[in-house]
Amino acid sequence: MKSLPKFLFAAALTLACGSSFAAEKLRIGTEGAYPPFNLIDASGKVVGFDLDIAHALCAKMQTECEVVTSDWDGIIPALNAKKFDFIIASMSITEERQQAVDFTEPYYTNKLQFVAPKSVDFKTDEASLKGKSIGAQRATIAGTWLEDNLGDTVDIKLYDTQENAYLDLASGRVDAILADTFVQWEWLKSETGKDFEFKGDPVFDNDKIGIAVRKGDDELRNNLNKALEEIIADGTYKQINDKYFPFSIR
Amino acid sequence: MSWELLIKWLPQFLDGAWLTLQLVGVSVITGLILALPLGIARSSRHLAVRALPYGYIFFFRGTPLLVQLFLVYYGLAQFDVVRKSALWPYLRDPYWCAIITMTMHTAAYIAEILRGAIQAVPPGEIEAARALGMSRSQALLHIILPRAARIGLPAYSNEVILMLKASALASTITLLELTGMARKIAARTYMHEEMFLIAGVIYLVIAFVLMQGFKLLERWLRVDALHGR
Repeated sequence: MKSLPKFLFAAALTLACGSSFAAEKLRIGTEGAYPPFNLIDASGKVVGFDLDIAHALCAKMQTECEVVTSDWDGIIPALNAKKFDFIIASMSITEERQQAVDFTEPYYTNKLQFVAPKSVDFKTDEASLKGKSIGAQRATIAGTWLEDNLGDTVDIKLYDTQENAYLDLASGRVDAILADTFVQWEWLKSETGKDFEFKGDPVFDNDKIGIAVRKGDDELRNNLNKALEEIIADGTYKQINDKYFPFSIR
Repeated sequence: MSWELLIKWLPQFLDGAWLTLQLVGVSVITGLILALPLGIARSSRHLAVRALPYGYIFFFRGTPLLVQLFLVYYGLAQFDVVRKSALWPYLRDPYWCAIITMTMHTAAYIAEILRGAIQAVPPGEIEAARALGMSRSQALLHIILPRAARIGLPAYSNEVILMLKASALASTITLLELTGMARKIAARTYMHEEMFLIAGVIYLVIAFVLMQGFKLLERWLRVDALHGR
C-alpha cells in the first residue's frame, strides 16, 4: 500500500478543487500599480476605475469575485496558468495579445500623449525628438508604440512600473514620458506632477481597452460582454466614469 | 518555437549577455580590489580599525541588493544636491548606478570571505614567518595574503557566480542586460517561456565557462595541494 498516501493526497486535492469550483468564485486579475485605474490604497485594498467596473460586472453576473494582483509583464502568463479568470487592468486590445488571450468589447478608449517639464519647450515631431530619451512602462502600448515609431530616433527607457518612470522624469534622467493620457492626467494633478504638462497632441488615439479572458473561454467572455452592456445602459458605467474623470472616457 | 525566431532575436540576447558580462566583470574585479583593505582591516585585532569595515559589511550584507539598487538609482536622484553635483553624469546613468551598487555589494561579501581566509591561515605559518625575521607587513604580503588567497578562492568563485545571477536585478533600473532583454522581447512576442528559456541557457553557459575558468585557476594556484590534501 505504498501508494495510499499518494491516493489520499490526490483525493484531498480533488475535493479541494471540487469545492472551490462549486462556489464559482471568479478571480479578477489586475496589476495594482496604475492609478487611477488600478492601485493599492493605504489599507492594502486594490481600488480604482478598473476595479469599480469589475465589481459592477460581477454584481450584474451575480457572482462573487475576488481580486488577485500580478506583475504587469507576467499578467497574461498568469491568466493562462489559471491564477485568475479574467484580467481587468487597462489592457489594450492588440493583435499580439489576441494571439495569447481573448478580449471582451472595449470598456474604454485610451490615447497616448507625451508629458515633459513645463520649463522645457518640448516638441513632439520626429525631428525634434531625435536623441531625446523617453520613458515608458515595459510591456505597454506606449512602449510598443515608441519602438515601432521612434525606435531609431529616441533612446527608449523601459520601467517595471509607471511610478518608477515618473521618478526618473522628475529626476531628469528622461526628457519625457509617453503613457496613457488618463494616467498622465492623474499624475499631473499630483504634488510631484505639478511642474509637468502635456506636450503636443495625442500621438495615438485609438487604443481600445478590453477585459482579457483565456482563449476559448467564450462563456465568461459573453457573460462579461452582456454585463458590460447592462452597466452602460443603466447608468452605472457613467457613475463610475464621473467618479474619476470630468469627461467621458468611453 | 521555431528556429527563425531564435535567429531573429539571438543578436539582441547576445547584446544583453555582453552587458551582463560587463556588469559582473567590472563589479567582481573592482569589488575584489575594494575588499582587500576592507578584509584586512576587518580581521584586525584593534576594535577601532575593525569598526568601520564591520559597519560597511553589516549594511551591505544585511540589505537586499534590489533595495540597494533602488536607493542608489531612484533614492539619490531625489536630492537636488546630487543632481547638481559633478557626479550626476555618472549617477544619471543606470549603467554606472548598477556598477557602483553591485561593486559595493559584492565588496562586502568578498571582504568577509577574505577575513575568514586570513583567519584560517595556520598560526604556525605566521609565527614561522615572524621567527624568520619578517616584519608584520612583510608577513602579511608574502605569507598571509598569498595563503589566504588560496583558501578564499573557492568561496570567491562562488561569489562571482552569485553576482552573475544577481545582475538580473539590473533589469529593474531600465538596463537591457540578459534578463532585461528577455523581458523586453517576451513583452513583445508573448512567448515568455521560450524567451526566459533562452536567457536561462545563456546564463548556464556563462556560469559553466566561469566555473571552468576558476577550476583552472585553482589548479594553477595548486589550491588542493596547499590544503594539505
